Amino acid sequence: MDIYSEIILDHYKHPHHHGLLSDVKDHITVHNPLCGDTITIEVMTDPHDRIENVGFESTGCAISTATMSMLSDRIIGKTCEDVIQMTPEDIQSMLGVTLSPSRIKCAILGQEAVVRSLEHKA
Amino acid sequence: MKKNLRSQFPLLQADNELVYLDNAATTQTPSVVLDEIYKYYTKYRANIHRGIYDISEHASGAYEQVREIVARFIGADDISQIIFTRGTTESINLVAHGWAETHVQKGDEILVSELEHHSNFVPWYEVCKKTGAQMKIISLSDDFTLDMDAYARMLSKKVKLVCVTAISNVTGTTNDISTITRMAHEYGAKVLVDGAQGVAHRSCDVEKDDMDFFAFSGHKMYGPTGVGVLYGKPELLASMDPFLYGGGMVDLVSLEEVTYRDVPTRFEGGTPPIAQVIGLGAAVQFIETIGIQEICNHERMLSDYAHEKLSKIDGLTLFHPVINGSSILSFSMKGIHPHDIAAICNTQNIAIRAGHHCAQPLMKRLGVSATARISFGIYNTKEDIDALILALHAVQEKFI
Ligand SMILES: Cc1ncc(COP(=O)(O)O)c(C=O)c1O
Repeated sequence: MDIYSEIILDHYKHPHHHGLLSDVKDHITVHNPLCGDTITIEVMTDPHDRIENVGFESTGCAISTATMSMLSDRIIGKTCEDVIQMTPEDIQSMLGVTLSPSRIKCAILGQEAVVRSLEHKA
Repeated sequence: MKKNLRSQFPLLQADNELVYLDNAATTQTPSVVLDEIYKYYTKYRANIHRGIYDISEHASGAYEQVREIVARFIGADDISQIIFTRGTTESINLVAHGWAETHVQKGDEILVSELEHHSNFVPWYEVCKKTGAQMKIISLSDDFTLDMDAYARMLSKKVKLVCVTAISNVTGTTNDISTITRMAHEYGAKVLVDGAQGVAHRSCDVEKDDMDFFAFSGHKMYGPTGVGVLYGKPELLASMDPFLYGGGMVDLVSLEEVTYRDVPTRFEGGTPPIAQVIGLGAAVQFIETIGIQEICNHERMLSDYAHEKLSKIDGLTLFHPVINGSSILSFSMKGIHPHDIAAICNTQNIAIRAGHHCAQPLMKRLGVSATARISFGIYNTKEDIDALILALHAVQEKFI
């Protein structure tokens, strides 16, 4: 299966929510210890703890960057719990591809970044 | 290479299309090595050293004979200088725990090159943390070779140990070990050489290069996984503490006193990797049969060819010295992450590695988070490189 679909490549080349939010001071960075890739992220929440906005910067492969981009679109209006509940299968179906175990690690880094960022705020 | 050696590797025979360019991670195993391991398991499997019956004597003899084979291969004077370990990492940790922790003190310095794999970096970081000694980094020049002037300036009576790799597992830089040891010895410093990427590709002579410690792994030299070697000068091994205590390494044990066996057995606590040591012996003989110079020439030809072809690809940056470059080359491609390069190569059945290669300080120096890396073995051919170049063009097409 070609995991480099048009959609994934498009999100990789033009990631949504790319760039840190100027009005949020807290950002956190997560690493993939296997490859040294990083995502730095800021998440804004509303008074009901729903995600209002996301901004990120990353050094990562197409899979990790595209996942972070798609995930950012998807989680607006969601809670931390909603993000925690996402399974690797959910993420693969969001991407529309099936990944090998080593590439799943690339794909779930973004979810970890969001969760860690929300926990950090709490 | 006089003949194509691919036919001697069952895995490469079974998957005839596989282009295997990840030999720095681990090499494939030739039949002669597999046969020796199989023979041990099916004809004379027994534990060594203590058995008073034929197959145990046979196994002990085969195990000890590999010490001779290895000693000759690396130019060691005596078989007692050859310690079997689980691999390079364990060999280096043995020196760190057994020697450095008791011979290095606050105020001393350990020099480590910027090229090092984490296994020749982290143990020294920990030794310095425990002893209060200071770890200093010998930097890399812009041509990817070690800055020997900086090294000369760093040497002083405070330096107790210098840790360098024979060949970098990222850039393929080949270090001038005999010069490094000569300079260190003028100040009384010892030198540990990480030979993991060296032994299967270049002639490594511990006597000629005057190394104090030399570490390497079987699995990167056509041998089995789970075995490695530490060589040490006799006076250093004599002053080194064991780090695995248990059976096999003791002489007499009572409540009052424990005495240890002589070097090297005192460093081989527990049942050693017997089958793997036997396989390692076969791997050394396999390399010697082909001839290390022949291997070196073949890989040099491949590396020059790859260097030339890769340089022609637009937007590709090579991290590989032109002089003294070995059969390992790292590169990056503009706008494309190394993981994606490797994943697309994989769809064409080409195995290359992408990542930080357990050398994060070096990645930082190179200004990247990861590289794509190819590394050759004796079975690789120019056609393998041609296939890679085609795949890299396909990678570019996808991402442009
Ligand atoms: C230069 C270098 N040193 C040390 C090691 C560690 O070897 P092992 O994992 O066999 O202990 C490697 C393996 O990748 C290496 O390339």
